[in-house]
Amino acid sequence: MSDFLMPSLGADMEAGTLLEWYVKPGDAVKRGDIVALVDTSKAEIDVEIFEDGVIDELLVGEGARVPVGTALATVRPVGVDAKPAVATAGQAQAEPVPVPEPVGAPAAMPPPTPTPVRAPVSRGAPPPPPHPTNGDHRRRVSPLARRTAEQLGVDLSQVPGSGPNGAITRADVERVATVAAPLVTPPSPPAAALASTDRQAAMRQAIGALMTRSKREIPHYYLQLEIDMSRALAWLREANLARPVNDRLLPSVLLLSATARAVIEMPEMNGFWIDEAFQPGAGIHLGVAISLRGGGLIAPALHDADRKGLDEIMAGVRDLVQRARAGRLRSSEMSDPTITVTNLGERGVDLVHGVIYPPQVALVGFGAVRERPWAVAGMLGVRPIVIATLAADHRASDGHVGSRFLTLIDRKLQKPEEL
Amino acid sequence: MNEQDMREVVIRALTEIAPDIDPAAIDADRDLAEQLDIDSMDFLNIVVLIHERTGIEIPERDYPKLSTLSDAVAYLAAAQEQGASA
Repeated sequence: MSDFLMPSLGADMEAGTLLEWYVKPGDAVKRGDIVALVDTSKAEIDVEIFEDGVIDELLVGEGARVPVGTALATVRPVGVDAKPAVATAGQAQAEPVPVPEPVGAPAAMPPPTPTPVRAPVSRGAPPPPPHPTNGDHRRRVSPLARRTAEQLGVDLSQVPGSGPNGAITRADVERVATVAAPLVTPPSPPAAALASTDRQAAMRQAIGALMTRSKREIPHYYLQLEIDMSRALAWLREANLARPVNDRLLPSVLLLSATARAVIEMPEMNGFWIDEAFQPGAGIHLGVAISLRGGGLIAPALHDADRKGLDEIMAGVRDLVQRARAGRLRSSEMSDPTITVTNLGERGVDLVHGVIYPPQVALVGFGAVRERPWAVAGMLGVRPIVIATLAADHRASDGHVGSRFLTLIDRKLQKPEEL
Repeated sequence: MNEQDMREVVIRALTEIAPDIDPAAIDADRDLAEQLDIDSMDFLNIVVLIHERTGIEIPERDYPKLSTLSDAVAYLAAAQEQGASA
């Protein structure tokens, strides 16, 4: 029997609110299955389980806010009886006791390894029944709609969704609120649930705490390099001509791919600084900075970006953006990034001096691609130029290494056909 | 599809990608990306939605012609006309 713990979904998370269980006692689960929806102060995250087994007991009820490392449920290995009391002594001995894997802490995830703590909160009290599975047990609600519903005191189960696949939008909530206005009770969110009116403040606080830690602990050094994007963009235009609109690629996909491929040759940039030492990342998982509508920022992992083709990167980023906005990221995406890339140039700035996400050791930033005067072989021309920047942890690397890294990204972008 | 329908298609695509925007508040002659804080991924997704619902092919080089709501509606209406007469 092992415990399924409230995972750490990023270095800035101290506690999480269990919004919804997707499993109930007796359900078989496999490594990687999504078992619960957890609200960090930044987002709602689908939490995966990291072992095979059967859910034995849910220890924390929906709506409860508990610290990272709290046991949320107990999981028994497949084939082990639900009631150990029934097992004879002989059987019990024959059954090798499985060494519990650190649940919720994938291998790639850096410490802090949560110490199991039992939540006294709802121990003993039967967990609320899982939501009725009316063929749509994961009702899609935009975070904004959820927030609005809490503000207006609207019961989401009473709201018909008009969005894609029946998703509930803010307009739907407001419609119901208007209709029910005379009956609306003052909002009284469950005490434990994070009052969503405070979400904005909580997110600012989480970002603030993490970035303060970064600036306090990490001796950043910064480098920048202007990169000629002529070849990359010409290649992209050509490639997109032949593609139906659904398959078109964005320039940012080339930037991500070039970065991931440069990281292969510069492992010093990929990993974590923990306990006074560098720990290389297991795999190249690019944290893709995504700004959330309404404010805030999240940088979930594009897993194994170095092994993905451009189409896969495009699909991966599209999927991440969509789910980040809809509040449907997975726990592994929150904890896995080994280096972050921000493409703030999208919003028009020339360059970005990034703040590293602890405990990562590097952040690559791309500014806007702009036409600029560019001298080549004694001639002046006009070329599309992007300024790539690197913010790196001086404890883990020196400017010399960082410089080679940026130069490598440039070189990769000059051969777009190989990306 | 008349112009009003085209406008509906564009607005629906916009609100699906950015559910928090108020269609009534869109300034038809102001740059959509800047006005609604839409990035290139959002824009591409909007183009995909418009294509799915109207069947109109929008080549990449024409993206700048869809930068405001008025321009987009005019472009789509013209493209449909051409498609119909072709």
